[in-house]
Amino acid sequence: MTTVDATGVPNADYDPRDDIPLYAPAPKVYPQSVKGRFRRIKWGLLIVCLGIYYLVPFMRWNRGASLPDQAVLIDLERKRFYFFFIELWPQEVYYLTGLLILAAIILFLMNAVAGRIWCGYLCPQTVWTDLFMSVERFFQGDRRDRIKLDDAPWSFDKIWRKAATHVSWLMIAWWTGGAWVLYFADAPTLVMQFATLQAPMTAYLWIGILTFTTYVLAGHMREQVCLYMCPWPRIQAALTDADALNVTYRYDRGEPRVSVKQAAKLREAGQPAGDCIDCHQCVAVCPTGVDIRAGAQLGCIQCGLCIDACDDVMRKVMRPAGLIGYDTEAAIVARAAKTIAPARRLIRPRTILYVAIIVLVGGAMLYQLATRSLLDLAVNHERTPLFTTLRDGSIRNSYTLRIANKRSEARPLAITVGGPAGTTVEISGASPSADWRPIVTVPADSTIEIRLFVAMPRGVATSSSQLIQIKASDLAFGESATVNENFFAP
Amino acid sequence: MASDSEKPAVDAVTGTPTTGHEWDGIQELNTPLPRWWLWTLYLTIIWSIGYWIVYPAWPLISSHTTGIVNYSSRAEVGQELAKLAALRNTQAAGLANASLAEIKASPDLQRIALARGKAAFGDNCAPCHGGAATGAAGYPNLIDDDWIWGGKLDDIQKTILHGIRWEQNPETRVGNMPAFGRTGMLKRDEIAQAVEHVRSIAGLDVDKGLDLAKGKEVFAANCASCHGEAGKGNPELGAPDLTDAIWLYGSSRQAMTEGLINGRSGIMPAWSARLDPVTIKALTVYVHGLGGGQ
Repeated sequence: MTTVDATGVPNADYDPRDDIPLYAPAPKVYPQSVKGRFRRIKWGLLIVCLGIYYLVPFMRWNRGASLPDQAVLIDLERKRFYFFFIELWPQEVYYLTGLLILAAIILFLMNAVAGRIWCGYLCPQTVWTDLFMSVERFFQGDRRDRIKLDDAPWSFDKIWRKAATHVSWLMIAWWTGGAWVLYFADAPTLVMQFATLQAPMTAYLWIGILTFTTYVLAGHMREQVCLYMCPWPRIQAALTDADALNVTYRYDRGEPRVSVKQAAKLREAGQPAGDCIDCHQCVAVCPTGVDIRAGAQLGCIQCGLCIDACDDVMRKVMRPAGLIGYDTEAAIVARAAKTIAPARRLIRPRTILYVAIIVLVGGAMLYQLATRSLLDLAVNHERTPLFTTLRDGSIRNSYTLRIANKRSEARPLAITVGGPAGTTVEISGASPSADWRPIVTVPADSTIEIRLFVAMPRGVATSSSQLIQIKASDLAFGESATVNENFFAP
Repeated sequence: MASDSEKPAVDAVTGTPTTGHEWDGIQELNTPLPRWWLWTLYLTIIWSIGYWIVYPAWPLISSHTTGIVNYSSRAEVGQELAKLAALRNTQAAGLANASLAEIKASPDLQRIALARGKAAFGDNCAPCHGGAATGAAGYPNLIDDDWIWGGKLDDIQKTILHGIRWEQNPETRVGNMPAFGRTGMLKRDEIAQAVEHVRSIAGLDVDKGLDLAKGKEVFAANCASCHGEAGKGNPELGAPDLTDAIWLYGSSRQAMTEGLINGRSGIMPAWSARLDPVTIKALTVYVHGLGGGQ
């Protein structure tokens, strides 16, 4: 838009409001390295989390010869999910619903007890960003060096440092995708296929996608993901309360902010002086670039690194550590008002509610899992026709049985029908057992469909509809499944 | 209102600059979107251009741009169908090389035969025998255990191949229920007596006013040659069992009398000329498995 004409006179229709940018570049954050308790905890958790992620696909679990021996495997082709001793079929996907509910409520509980533990220590975005930052630091130095390098003109030194960083990031990102696909196929086989360049196209495609997302999200987007993409900070802000532990600047102790010398003078004069010397170390080390002293905020992932930085400074200026620390809003407010801080309330209505939901949902899932039948029987009554008259005048109904065998062995099943005396059962292709019950064999880990004919002699099938019990009994494992169905007659 | 030289006003509460827009004292905060957000929009535009190049996209007068990978969903369907046809050919070869008994004994072959048979039945047999093969008056029910021409696999296959009273086929099954009444072979009262005799051996209600002994005589002289002395029928001749509970034309006195007066000669086409041997095998296995196969 033209704001001035050739003579330098503003256009009549110029409105300065039109020049306000609608988009702003995200300020780049240069987190400084820090040492301390929380940094050590974060390194430990980083190693544990990445270790789990990369090594779990290689864990083995013996399920017999016919089934895969990978402990955790999502077998999309055969539509099975294996998790150690559990094997789930697609129709049992409701376990996933339960797990998602549990995950959400556990997140809420974490928040009610100690704030954004997930964000600060466990979230993949945090873990991978931490890893990428350490690579960046290795090649480009700490905060000051990186700022200087970014401002410097392009030189050989700058080029190789930048290039080495990005190549390393891409390699890590590639391995992130590489480990991801190992959860969907036999890991050692797939690794061999990668080594010999024989892996299926889908594997390369997914590695490509994961490489791209990891490289972009952990290398470039970083805190922008937390600020603009993740819903949790917004939900968390609505769920937190005055009794939740949060990484907090203890303003009751820190304010007013004055220099070390000024503070000494003020204290001598008996006047109040805060412990905060306004050194900005907490801001410098923050991976999301926020100022913790502004209070709890969306950008703060509560990783605790500012605690480490501040404690270090407090030690140097001979003041007690813990100016920034895990504290509750209630305690700080009480101290600021010079009253006695109330005892921390761990048991509150919300924590009770969260624990109750976790116990309820978790218990229901465990119960379901423990009593889960490995033999499923579903019966469909033939509708056209509902019944057939046979030569001797007896009435026959036919049923379609779907029998699922969730064991890893083939199982012979005796099919019996409970009904009035004279009821006969026939299954085409079934071999009779010693006591003339028809036997069908369901192969390991599969479902079969059979047709069952049930007949009642003339005079027995009197009422137009009566209940019969169709039962499949496992001769080897003693399990059985029964379904009540109708028998129709004219 | 902000002028040229002024900095944008700042909202006192949030510390955020305002856009200068104001309505009834309410000012709009200026919280610009991050610039990368805009880039994602540009990226999607670039992505769409990639689509135009790779895939069919723009309509032309009589055609459309095809894209460099020459993708067409129609061609893809064609490939899928070709694949399916190839699979079916392989399966058909399996059925062609196996005997009916072998198909019945092999779960895999039986599964293929049942699937093919079901489709073929719906296309060819259902108009007379019904979609569920339950038949109708004059069209046999194929799911019960009564077979006019035999219910073994070979019997069923022969019936399908050559038909019943299908004159174009030299091997067709032939058996006649003569029109005893129309041709004058039996008088009206003889027919009525014979009907009552048949009803008595079939376990149906009997009109006691008629001479059953006479009816038995008429039956022995005229009917027993095909239906047998006891009325048990003869599948070789297509003579139904008259003692069972199943009646092709119904068990009413009227239907039975009509059969004796006009005869019965239902026709089934010979399918050997219209269906290939594999389909007929599949149909045989399917019909045999409907519930009455012997």
